[in-house]
Amino acid sequence: MGEELRLPIAADVDVVEARQQGRALAAVAGFSSGEQTVIAAAISEIARNILMYAKKGEIILSLVQNGDRQGVSVVAIDQGPGIPDIERAMQYGYSTSHGVGAGLPGAKRLMDEFEVDSVVGRGTTITMAKWRRAI
Amino acid sequence: MEVPILRQGQYLIASIQSALTDADLSHLREALIAQVGRSRCRGVIVDVTALDVMDSFAVRTLRDITHMARLRGAETVIVGIQPDVAFAMVQLGWTLKGVATVLDLEEGLAFLDGRTKERVVESKPKKPSSRG
Amino acid sequence: MDTKKSMSVSTRASDPQGALTESSAGLLRELVAHLRQNRTQLREEWARRITRAELLTAMTEEEIFAEATAVYDNYVEALETGTFEALQAYSRRLSERIIPRGVETDEVVGIVLLLRDVLARSLFNKYQDNVEKLNRILDSYEPAANRIANTVAVGFVEERERIIRQQQEAIRELSTPVLQVRERLLILPIIGVIDPQRARQLTEQLLRAIRANRAKVVVIDVTGVAAMDSGVANHLVQTVEASRLLGATVIVTGLSPEIAQTLVTIGVDLSEMATVGDLQGGIEEAERLLADRAAMPGPQAGREPGMELTR
Repeated sequence: MGEELRLPIAADVDVVEARQQGRALAAVAGFSSGEQTVIAAAISEIARNILMYAKKGEIILSLVQNGDRQGVSVVAIDQGPGIPDIERAMQYGYSTSHGVGAGLPGAKRLMDEFEVDSVVGRGTTITMAKWRRAI
Repeated sequence: MEVPILRQGQYLIASIQSALTDADLSHLREALIAQVGRSRCRGVIVDVTALDVMDSFAVRTLRDITHMARLRGAETVIVGIQPDVAFAMVQLGWTLKGVATVLDLEEGLAFLDGRTKERVVESKPKKPSSRG
Repeated sequence: MDTKKSMSVSTRASDPQGALTESSAGLLRELVAHLRQNRTQLREEWARRITRAELLTAMTEEEIFAEATAVYDNYVEALETGTFEALQAYSRRLSERIIPRGVETDEVVGIVLLLRDVLARSLFNKYQDNVEKLNRILDSYEPAANRIANTVAVGFVEERERIIRQQQEAIRELSTPVLQVRERLLILPIIGVIDPQRARQLTEQLLRAIRANRAKVVVIDVTGVAAMDSGVANHLVQTVEASRLLGATVIVTGLSPEIAQTLVTIGVDLSEMATVGDLQGGIEEAERLLADRAAMPGPQAGREPGMELTR
């Protein structure tokens, strides 16, 4: 499970690359193709978030295990301006830039775990994970 | 990756071939809207069969294309949304309200034929058989 | 890998300090030799004990003996080499063979413990005059034997769980059939309890069927659904919306008065959803939509939810 994929995000092609890698990893973890699509969409949102607000950063993808459940973990790190009001940023329909304003809250909806850690002037780290449904 | 835009009769058909960046999407929107005006076409088909992920920017762009084309006198229909993509979209609440969506290119053409006929019927009620 | 091996060999050959490990390894070697020598007798004894304990009753005596031989040989090999891969693979294959015949977990654990017991007894007999050596032999035997028992039992349980998962999956697929009644019309009768997992599967199945059958209208009949909470209701709404994205109109039929009341009370937005009282009415409505489309595809298109187009 030590596999870790670090993807630099500095241009919009990197967003495409990140979501494609995320989809591939989700497939390895055994997610259905519908869930793979969901994970890829969530990665796309947080990768674009890096690009829009911090200009550059990094996405780290890895497989995770919790007991007998398998999942995919996605961490987005940037050293950008940070989010002054996280609560507001997480409201559906709020966005200070273009887009349908569904960036972060959208990603949150799609994933099982979602955490934002942000310091103004220092940067933002978003950690999210999706678990395969236990039967 | 540039999206080829074909003209067929009075319709423009943009057929997306692979994953698109935000810049590609914006470019597609501008190119389509410019061509709608230039060629005075009545319908636009955007074929998204090749997209295996649709995020907020892609959804936003498709909606913008539809609304802008309408202002320029053309109806738009999105064709080929993949089942998995559709499911992910609605989970996000992106239901593309106000945007016509059909299964594939064939359905898209039939849909536009119907729409443009209807418009003619509405604007010229005495000559229902004539077209655009 | 190779370096490691040659290092340990040289330690044994030249280093008297390694005597303790060497003697323990020597004991294990002696043990393995003993088990090899008495292979025929011991596995017969084991097979007898299995029959007497009424384990593996689903199998014939010949089958039990054949499997016992294979387990025995793998067992001795695992003792000798200290590697468990072969035993693991064997116990997986064994489980694949015997699970469909109804062999239970306690039987598998039972036979492995019996073998452990048979072998331990044989060691007692051989070394009963030398208690000190018997103890040392047992000390080196027991940890390995425990690990072997563990490997076989875990292998069996894992295989069993895998099969159960597979069966559950198959049952799920069966319990949500998407039926094509006629060209471009699908019916999805939902029966029983819907949990989030099943709801998701159901939607994925339906959306794929819409694409595969080029369906234009889908009737989802929920007459057989006992209860619906807001989660499931919202899921139903999402299914309707996702179907529209594929160009198909959904008609929901069979919402019971109780469910209808619940949905309105908890405030699920059903305004976008076309509903008809019963399945028969739903199919008639679907036929009408399809007929309209065939006759006049254009003018009707704008009025159907599946073709929603606002100005």
